[in-house]
Amino acid sequence: MIDALPMVHVAGPPMPARVAGALRDVYVVTRRNLIHITREPMQLGDVTIQPVLFTLLFVYVFGSGIPVPGGTYASFAIAGLLLLNLTTSSMGTAVGLTVDLGTGIIDRFRTLPMWPAAVLVGRSITDLLAATLCTLIVAGSGLVVGWRPQTGIGQLIAGFGVALFFAYALSWLAGCVGLWAKGVETAQSFGFLVLFPISFVSNALVPTRGMPDWLRTIADWNPVSAVTAACRELWGNPNPSALSSAWSMQHPVWTALAWSIAILVVCLPLASMLYRRRTTG
Amino acid sequence: MTENMIEAEGLTKRFGTTQALAGFDLAAPAGSILGVLGPNGAGKTTAVRILATLALPDAGRALVAGYDVVRDPAAVRRNIGFTAQDATLDETLTGRQNLRMVGELSRMRRGDARMRAEELLRTFELTDAAGRVLRGYSGGMRRRLDLAASLMTRPPVLFLDEPTTGLDPTSRHRVWSVLRGLVDDGVTVVLTTQYLDEADQLADRIVVVDHGRVIAEGTPTELKRVTGGARLEGTLSSPNAAALDALRPLVEGPVQVSEDGRRLRAPVRSTAGLLTRVVRALDEAGVDLEDVAVHQPSLDDVFMRLTGTAPVAPAETPAGTAEEPARELQEVNR
Repeated sequence: MIDALPMVHVAGPPMPARVAGALRDVYVVTRRNLIHITREPMQLGDVTIQPVLFTLLFVYVFGSGIPVPGGTYASFAIAGLLLLNLTTSSMGTAVGLTVDLGTGIIDRFRTLPMWPAAVLVGRSITDLLAATLCTLIVAGSGLVVGWRPQTGIGQLIAGFGVALFFAYALSWLAGCVGLWAKGVETAQSFGFLVLFPISFVSNALVPTRGMPDWLRTIADWNPVSAVTAACRELWGNPNPSALSSAWSMQHPVWTALAWSIAILVVCLPLASMLYRRRTTG
Repeated sequence: MTENMIEAEGLTKRFGTTQALAGFDLAAPAGSILGVLGPNGAGKTTAVRILATLALPDAGRALVAGYDVVRDPAAVRRNIGFTAQDATLDETLTGRQNLRMVGELSRMRRGDARMRAEELLRTFELTDAAGRVLRGYSGGMRRRLDLAASLMTRPPVLFLDEPTTGLDPTSRHRVWSVLRGLVDDGVTVVLTTQYLDEADQLADRIVVVDHGRVIAEGTPTELKRVTGGARLEGTLSSPNAAALDALRPLVEGPVQVSEDGRRLRAPVRSTAGLLTRVVRALDEAGVDLEDVAVHQPSLDDVFMRLTGTAPVAPAETPAGTAEEPARELQEVNR
């Protein structure tokens, strides 16, 4: 059976085919992650139930006690609640990667002629899709409690875009943590030790003018504050931070984009380095 | 293309203070099965993981399908299938989804991946379970699906790390027959095993590994010759010195007697009618026999002699014959 002899595949495919192949790998890995979600829909709790819960809690419990100059607490808080939810749910990337690395599936992937980084990129795309769902749910629950964007559809979408771009960058940061963490618990504690403080020491849920000076400086330069202020500005919602003299609060959209790009520039190569180190025996 | 589909020279690998490989050499010609045999911790898995591009050697060189595993892992990956000791599939996907995913990530066209998946599910009798999530699979089903996954692209080289560990006898034989079929089609297989009968049944050549290096190599027949041929074993009803005199002209070396004087053992040259002559001679000497047999050397004997450890007996075959303490190591010239 000479004609049945298996062929040794000689050359790799040419460059355009290689790019197409890499994109397809990302698609296949993303689809796999989405199948996981359909099997365990509660994985999406942090981007579906949590946003609704947070919106109700903050708007009705905190909102009644926090005066916002130039508008209602609801119209002020929705941008901040969006950021709070997006930031804390990026922990899911860390946990997801840690879980994957703990199973044999990574060994299988590594013996396949696929683009190795597709595992990481596929994870980040999955989380971007989850973040988009989170955004829609925050916006929906916001509309119910009285949030109204005051500008056009273009600027509304631009605000969501800035927030999602930041969430995407953050998922790579969380990915680095997941690749570095030895276990799921470490990955989860990252959420409580880093993401929660970042979310709260900001202008997201309360105006910063009541904070002590040193804390307000931190809050003014916190990327979460920049993205929140950018959304408020783009949506025409009350934005008390505009009164701050910090450059970051005067130019929140640029600051938000710069932070997101900076995080990506550091975390993309770092993640692929950590992935290689973690998976090379 | 090189004549050998797989070649490794002087591979070393250290994990902390453990020297997993200490100058490991191996060669497998195209269209053959190479059995890598050795006790736990001998370095079998490390060697296979290096060849499958999952680990980097500290030193040494390895070519798979003509490509260097360190310098051109991508080219190696286009040509190999790999089944690890532990299942390496997605627990949350169904059997069918797993196979298709592996196919698509190996750059097969979607339709081809679908068809190939169905074909392999049939081959491994997993069609009925194909729609179920892996969590509900038995150990044996997982191993079979894992093997199917490594065959998706019809790779010319296949690495199997203890492919039948934990399989029931029926599944084991099914895997064996699939492997034989693959080799008939020209696939080169490297398989590690602790089961000597598996190596004996399947492998064209065997390397015996201990402490990170190859201590013997040859065909199963060549390796068995290391033990020095067949042996006669008999049990007497009661101790009888006349038995020794009666046996001496028929055997090839000293007759060993057990402490109670009832069990005898001696090397023999296995020839036609030997057993008849033995029985007749003992009968004429007035020796009452309980049982007597000529044992062909098994790979178990080889293994014990070379490594000083008893091999693991597969579940479905009776444990090896009388344990014999290892004598001095014997090197096989390569």
